[in-house]
Amino acid sequence: MARRTDIESILIFGSGPIVIGQACEFDYSGTQACRVLRREGYRVILVNSNPATIMTDPEFADATYVEPLVPAVVERIIERERPDALLPTVGGQTGINLTLALSESGFLEKSGMKLLGAGIEALRLGEDRQLFKRAMVKAGLEVPESGTAKTLTEAREIIDRLGFPVIVRPSFTLGGEGGGVVFNRDEIDDVVSRALQSSPVSLILLEQSVLGWKEFELEVMRDVADNAIVVCSVENVDPMGVHTGDSITVAPQQTLSDPEYQDMRDDSFTVIRTVGVATGGSNIQFAVEPGTGRRVVIEMNPRVSRSSALASKATGFPIAKIAAQLAVGYTLDEIANDITGKTFAAFEPTLDYTVVKIPRWAFEKFERADGTLGTSMKSVGEVMAIGGNFREALMKGLSGLELEAAWPQQEELVSDPVSLRRRLSTPNWQRLFAVFAALRQGWTVEEVAGASSIDPWFLREIESVVECEAELACWDLDSVPDPLLRRARLSGLGDQRLASLLGSEESQVSREITRRNLDRVFKRVDTCAAEFSAITPYLYSTPGVEDEALPTDRRKVMILGSGPNRIGQGIEFDYCCVHATFALRRAGFETIMVNCNPETVSTDYDTSDRLYFEPLTLEHVMAIYRREQPLGVIVQLGGQTPLKLARSLEAAGVNILGTSPEAIDLAEDRRRFGDLLAEEQILLPANGSAASLDEACQVADEIGYPVVVRPSYVLGGRAMSICYNQPTLLNYMRRAADVSPGRPVLLDRFLEDAFEVDVDLVSDGRRAVVCGIMQHIEEAGIHSGDSAAVLPPYRVSEADLDRMRDIAVRLALRLGVVGLMNVQFAIYGGEVYVLEVNPRASRTVPFIAKAVGLPLVQIATRVMVGETLDEIGLVSEPPVDRFFVKAPVFPFDRFHGVDPVLGPEMKSTGEVMGVGRSFGSAFAKAWLGAGHALPDCGAAFLSVNDRDKKALLRVAERLRDLGFELLCTAGTAAYLSSRGIETRRVNKVAEGRPHVVDYLINGEVGLIVNTPLGGESYKDDMEIRTTALKFDIPCVTTISGAMAAVDAIEALRESLLQVTALQNLATRSLAGCESEV
Amino acid sequence: MSGRLILEDGSVFHGEALVEGSRFAEIVFNTSMTGYQEILTDPSYRGQIVIMTQPHIGNYGAYDGAEESHRVWVEGFVAREFTGRRSGLGDVDLGVYLETNGVPTLAGIDTRAAVRRLREFGAMRGMITSCDRPDAELIEQVRRQPTMEGRALVDEVTCESPYDIEPEGEEKVRLAVYDFGVKQNILRSLVRHGARVTVLPARTPASDCLDLGVDGVVLSNGPGDPEPLHGIVREVRELVEARVPTFGICLGHQLLGLALGGRTFKLKFGHHGGNQPVRDEESGQVSITSQNHGFALSAESLPEDCKVAAVNLNDGTVEAFKAVGRPIFSVQYHPEAAPGPHDAARLFGEFLDVCVQEAGPGNEAL
Repeated sequence: MARRTDIESILIFGSGPIVIGQACEFDYSGTQACRVLRREGYRVILVNSNPATIMTDPEFADATYVEPLVPAVVERIIERERPDALLPTVGGQTGINLTLALSESGFLEKSGMKLLGAGIEALRLGEDRQLFKRAMVKAGLEVPESGTAKTLTEAREIIDRLGFPVIVRPSFTLGGEGGGVVFNRDEIDDVVSRALQSSPVSLILLEQSVLGWKEFELEVMRDVADNAIVVCSVENVDPMGVHTGDSITVAPQQTLSDPEYQDMRDDSFTVIRTVGVATGGSNIQFAVEPGTGRRVVIEMNPRVSRSSALASKATGFPIAKIAAQLAVGYTLDEIANDITGKTFAAFEPTLDYTVVKIPRWAFEKFERADGTLGTSMKSVGEVMAIGGNFREALMKGLSGLELEAAWPQQEELVSDPVSLRRRLSTPNWQRLFAVFAALRQGWTVEEVAGASSIDPWFLREIESVVECEAELACWDLDSVPDPLLRRARLSGLGDQRLASLLGSEESQVSREITRRNLDRVFKRVDTCAAEFSAITPYLYSTPGVEDEALPTDRRKVMILGSGPNRIGQGIEFDYCCVHATFALRRAGFETIMVNCNPETVSTDYDTSDRLYFEPLTLEHVMAIYRREQPLGVIVQLGGQTPLKLARSLEAAGVNILGTSPEAIDLAEDRRRFGDLLAEEQILLPANGSAASLDEACQVADEIGYPVVVRPSYVLGGRAMSICYNQPTLLNYMRRAADVSPGRPVLLDRFLEDAFEVDVDLVSDGRRAVVCGIMQHIEEAGIHSGDSAAVLPPYRVSEADLDRMRDIAVRLALRLGVVGLMNVQFAIYGGEVYVLEVNPRASRTVPFIAKAVGLPLVQIATRVMVGETLDEIGLVSEPPVDRFFVKAPVFPFDRFHGVDPVLGPEMKSTGEVMGVGRSFGSAFAKAWLGAGHALPDCGAAFLSVNDRDKKALLRVAERLRDLGFELLCTAGTAAYLSSRGIETRRVNKVAEGRPHVVDYLINGEVGLIVNTPLGGESYKDDMEIRTTALKFDIPCVTTISGAMAAVDAIEALRESLLQVTALQNLATRSLAGCESEV
Repeated sequence: MSGRLILEDGSVFHGEALVEGSRFAEIVFNTSMTGYQEILTDPSYRGQIVIMTQPHIGNYGAYDGAEESHRVWVEGFVAREFTGRRSGLGDVDLGVYLETNGVPTLAGIDTRAAVRRLREFGAMRGMITSCDRPDAELIEQVRRQPTMEGRALVDEVTCESPYDIEPEGEEKVRLAVYDFGVKQNILRSLVRHGARVTVLPARTPASDCLDLGVDGVVLSNGPGDPEPLHGIVREVRELVEARVPTFGICLGHQLLGLALGGRTFKLKFGHHGGNQPVRDEESGQVSITSQNHGFALSAESLPEDCKVAAVNLNDGTVEAFKAVGRPIFSVQYHPEAAPGPHDAARLFGEFLDVCVQEAGPGNEAL
């Protein structure tokens, strides 16, 4: 077989904004697909609404549309580009759902596009659980007993037949969203209704429970000649009942015998052939009953997935890239294995190491969220670790997680013997720590296995870590015998942990380990267990006698990545790290990437010259630094993860490139930074700190309410709150004091109703150039990451913009910034205030880079290695000739019972960009891209606080003029009526029925404008917003948001949305920043 | 108890002797991630110490039914870690099994470093030991050991006398299997497809075999170098000339090749694992196969009337050949798997079909 010549252009969908269950793994897979298809000479057309992706960099496709992934918009793109074929399988669930929608409307057929990879029938079979099950049974495979229901009554009948517990799975949702387990009669209504609502087709599958069975996944690939291989087997440490995205997993599978595994492998081929995935990869899940070995098929994804990204990183076999090649006609035996350079993709990788993936949750961000785990995914990111054995990989993974309280502190939090059994038996995010605690408290492996259903093999490995630690605790650093220290290393215990067990210091342990010749060595991930030599330096550390790092003597730079995705630190920083490596490679440097997040482009083995898949801890980073001896290390691009290390790295003699850690610290130190601003005569909101309750009240009185309060030790808006009066401050203080005894809280005057503005710039130390200015659409007080924003600003005077430019440039030069800097301003009462300065890459960088058409990070990186902005050719602020709106997306639908209200603490997982010639059309697209439908007529519900009433008037008038009926609560209705606007009054929840929520549930409202009313109305607000979220009714919580929404509705009314490829926007070319592909 | 793995190039790897003892043997590595018990009991490993590349060995213990012969054959066993206590369906912990079977076993070795050495320098003589004699002395001793070339190991593993196995279900054909160290799963696969099987000792004369009136002959796998087995090659040639359908597997494949006039050679470090890609030259289809061999047939040496039917995708070596116009087919890999993928399992059914067809009434006139 060979490359298809009957097609010339191929359309690819990205997966849109980062959400739980769909993160940057699809940037990784989409980037691979775009790259390889272009190399094969196809014209690639890409649609993805997420600007913070590498794949949407203009050089990765021939036509890149940063546009909403909705049928109406995509159809326009297809009409314009007329692609010959569509590859629907690299854009996650979004790509599949969009393809199915295009097919159902008949558009797909009409367009004449050929489907590559998997046809509509295969996509449907993979998604429709009932069809899938029927096909499996027909093919002779066993599946759990089940039935489908479209109503509650049908569901009850099926549950009667199946018996409890029953797994409820909605069709066509992402990451198990809306699914759950029904354990008793009381739970039926709640779980089933939620599932029915979350399925776009109101179809759910009720399935006999296989809770507690062992869970496995196979990553299978098939080519057009019907060759099939298994790339990787994965075993879930958490048994069935926990979504695989929330499970700790290990590769390769550990507990199946050869016949058990090979039979499963045979079944996986039956599945992929039965479903009819013609070419490409699929993820197939099985459950195996412990004790009997009985095996059932659970599900399959006929596309690349989070698991396939993990499998790619775990094995060195690039599934997405090869899937794309298979899709255009190549067979597995025609595709070279990049890692060995002399073998082919037609083989099965074999591992001589162990890989562990641990999910990263963000429950600390959602106070009322339920920390138990089930069939609906809740984690926001993951770390992968490679070790010489399971223990080492597990412990490395834990050290890469960067939890606020790290293991073993986490273990202490869950070690209460009374609740231990529950913590083991009910899956929850801290269960691993409970396992450690139980084993340490003398539970036997069998007891823990009995409570948790975790396979004893994994528990014995953990037990052996616990035993090793207990032994270590009997020694000190000088006397501890070599064999025990060696065992500790094999158990994955790091210097820090050893130091605490041996009563020593991390640095001393590190020296002693070296003295005793017990340093880890670096081994290569090579797909073949060393059977062939590896030409690709993809490395991990482990104890051993032979080091394979073989550093070169080239000029090289080390880039520290951003670790697991979290809320506030995600794909944006990976984007920055990847751009740094692009720029440095082009400038002739060797690049060394260090990261532990398997979902990313940065951990693709061919992104950098050398990849170290290691936790971003001082110990591991220093080991790589010592081995590689780079010119320097870049820490300012990977978010907080590398920044936290900057000072200790510097102290250890590491050359930090770009802005000094001292300057970064200075900007974070509020007292010193306040002094600096005072010297420069730059305004900062009034502020103070308080170590006691009384003091806090005193400070608040001095600076005036409302105040923003936060504990002094956190970053990224954690535990921040706005207090309007003393009672709320007291309430906050009582809670904050619990969190951080003895530590002061910081109080700032909250600049209510201010406009907030983000300014991003690049500085080479002598010259600083502003690159982009964004205005927040939400008012002050909402975390910048959660606020919709627009570039260029649309309601800020040129004079104010100039004042901000001037301040930003002055600060950059004063701080000695070499690289990127972000400043957040507030315009309040005619004055410009500085809220925050981040002398490093910020989340906004990729968005701005895309909007202004400049590779900002590449410029910054070149500056860091010594070039000047003059030399690069960036001397003035780039012009923008469109509107670019950023809209965030939130994970609230994952956290039942959590109030979806915004504040100073960031809650969003991702963002989209809307591009338009007018602000309204850009906002409309951003809104669509974020997954909301805007009404073009109907009723709008308005309920605002007194402060907002005046501003609401204009919104109400315009909505009225657009023909909307206005539903208002008493106060708002009275105000608007007094200004001559006709409204219909509706009851608040407490005022009796029918009340506002009834109207929402009945679908009578198309738009909600609800600004926080405070006080007793809090409960009302929460119910309204929760309902809005549940029924996907657009809900804006600020007046500026409401204005933008009205603009957008007008834009939608006036014309169909125009689509534009990035390549057609003005881009500016700079010396040395040519295409990377 | 500390132990060492010593290679003839002078490298010494220190580990822990899980089962004590000292053995000299050829050192090979196996990249299968599962199936250690099948490997331990595979007679083809006679004379070899096996390094497993998968770091965790013993996870699911040892159990009845995983054995490929009546005893453990590997001379010594090496891995990074052995699981102390089994999980899953095993009957006994692997450590106990190894101890009971007296297999010197080393844990805690940087197996990847050892494998890289073998990859670079080729299969080597070596030893595994828990003794405390000095390295230099042991290296000297290793270098005095015989190499694999020229050793007739088959005689050490074949059965003493013929025996029969009943077919499962209805008897379709009658087969003879030459036992050069046959793996049980070859026999199980044949029987499952309805063959009545007579297992013959390696040195059984062709005439005795033909006298049984079998419908086909299977030449089994086995250990070591085929070259010194001149006597057996002679008998195989006689079988081939009798036009009895013949199916060679691994060593049997090499012997068949030699009987037809081909030559064999020693591979640098052999193929030992469950992920070897084999491409069928006719269909282009790739099977992922289980392999375990240190010698191979040279393609150029095969006579004109033999056609290379499949090659190894990695190194292009002969994986299967067919004799044109004669019911002779043979594969270098292991269609019986055990351990390894089942991709080629259909070959047994296909061979039986050929036997049925050849024995059929329409063919009697031939």
